[in-house]
Amino acid sequence: MTMLKIDNLQANVADKPILKGLSLTINPGEIHAIMGPNGAGKSTLGYTLGGRPGYDVTGGSVDFLGQDLLELEPHERAAAGLFLGFQYPVEIPGVSFVQFLREAANAQRKGRGEEPLSGGEFLKLAREKAGLLRMDMDMLKRPVNVGFSGGEKKRAEMVQMGILDPKLAILDETDSGLDIDALRICGEGINSIMRAPDKAVLLITHYQRLLDYVKPDFVHVLAAGRIVKSGGPELALQLEEEGYEAVVA
Amino acid sequence: MTDTLTLPTRKDEDFRYSDFDALAGLWPIAREEIVVAAGAEESLQIVEDGASAVARHLVITLGARAKFDLRVLSSGPTYGRVAVDVRLAEGADFTLGAAQLATGSETLEVVTKVVHAEKDATSSQIVRTVLAGHAVGSYLGCIGVERGADGTDAEQSVRAMLLDRTATANARPELEIYADDVKAAHGCAVGELDANGLFYLMSRGLTPPEAKRLMLQAFVAEAFTGAPGENMLNEAAIARLEAIL
Repeated sequence: MTMLKIDNLQANVADKPILKGLSLTINPGEIHAIMGPNGAGKSTLGYTLGGRPGYDVTGGSVDFLGQDLLELEPHERAAAGLFLGFQYPVEIPGVSFVQFLREAANAQRKGRGEEPLSGGEFLKLAREKAGLLRMDMDMLKRPVNVGFSGGEKKRAEMVQMGILDPKLAILDETDSGLDIDALRICGEGINSIMRAPDKAVLLITHYQRLLDYVKPDFVHVLAAGRIVKSGGPELALQLEEEGYEAVVA
Repeated sequence: MTDTLTLPTRKDEDFRYSDFDALAGLWPIAREEIVVAAGAEESLQIVEDGASAVARHLVITLGARAKFDLRVLSSGPTYGRVAVDVRLAEGADFTLGAAQLATGSETLEVVTKVVHAEKDATSSQIVRTVLAGHAVGSYLGCIGVERGADGTDAEQSVRAMLLDRTATANARPELEIYADDVKAAHGCAVGELDANGLFYLMSRGLTPPEAKRLMLQAFVAEAFTGAPGENMLNEAAIARLEAIL
């Protein structure tokens, strides 16, 4: 079965058309990268697929594992196996990561008709995934993202992804704000959590550098709300050398 | 504030936002006197979670270096009023943490008058209000610092969260200062739940009510931080939040 089939997707933000007929098919086991200049609609694509209020779909369709994704509420998309990694993870004072993630994991399990994780089971899982991202468990006892550096926030996103174990991860500029070591740790985290025959990743990025660690099977160039060019990993290298303008023209 | 046999009217500042029909049935409000002797420490947790109207008036006198920790959870009454008059002697310390959670056409109010009568006393008031439907939640808080009460440190932090545009929050912090060396920080804010935060939580699988409850739980918990009975107060608040959402 196809993982994600986006067909002629059009979306507005504040009545302004941003996505203008975007089509993309992702199969299980594949890693796709979407690259593009500022303002091309990359983040809008991520938020639209995540179901963020204010991102209005005006045309086209999105099929996710046989379901009409656009009909689902954000939490139903998560329970169906979609994970959205935020470019700017949100700080939530007073709510600890551990509490939030346990409730989130169990809400998803409930949505799928599975038994909830016990406190002990959850902590074991959290410890394992935090270890993968070299993150201290004590950090997960702190309020969600509050006082975290840019790099810590992105690593915490990957820990969440590990715990929630999605089928498809859409990662919006996970590489921004990362130093070289954190970039490698996040890249390795993505590989170990998501590189599987029944999973897929859509990486949204400006730069080639994350793709050194997470090797994409396909690279697409997004410009003015549409995919204007697709290719293999070599396309990312070409973009890095020649710039978007030359490749898109 | 004195309790007389005459029912107040809307012209009485301290009753400006009250539910007068309910008040008429409760009048006159009995004064509950609390005296904490010099150097002593006491605490009181008030949970008003029944549905019937209730009005209380605490009159608290703190001796030199006495401490009193008062926590109030008002969540359920059709009309709920907690009025607190406090008088602090030298070096005394008063803490109020109050949460008001209301929906429907409920009216809740916390009315305080905290008087720093002598020097070096400290007071801290944290009030968190969550309102849905057509509920009204008010905080009227007056801090008085008398002549000679230097070294006073009085703090008010008042925040209200409106879940529906039809709800009403009133906040009126007041300061009357007659001493020179006084710290009196006060902050007031009325707002709505952060939409970015809600989407973030929902994108991880929480349903809209679960996401709201989690954020409100954290908001309300600020009123109970460090209280004796903190867990009990938080659990009672969560139960009420779940019912409201």
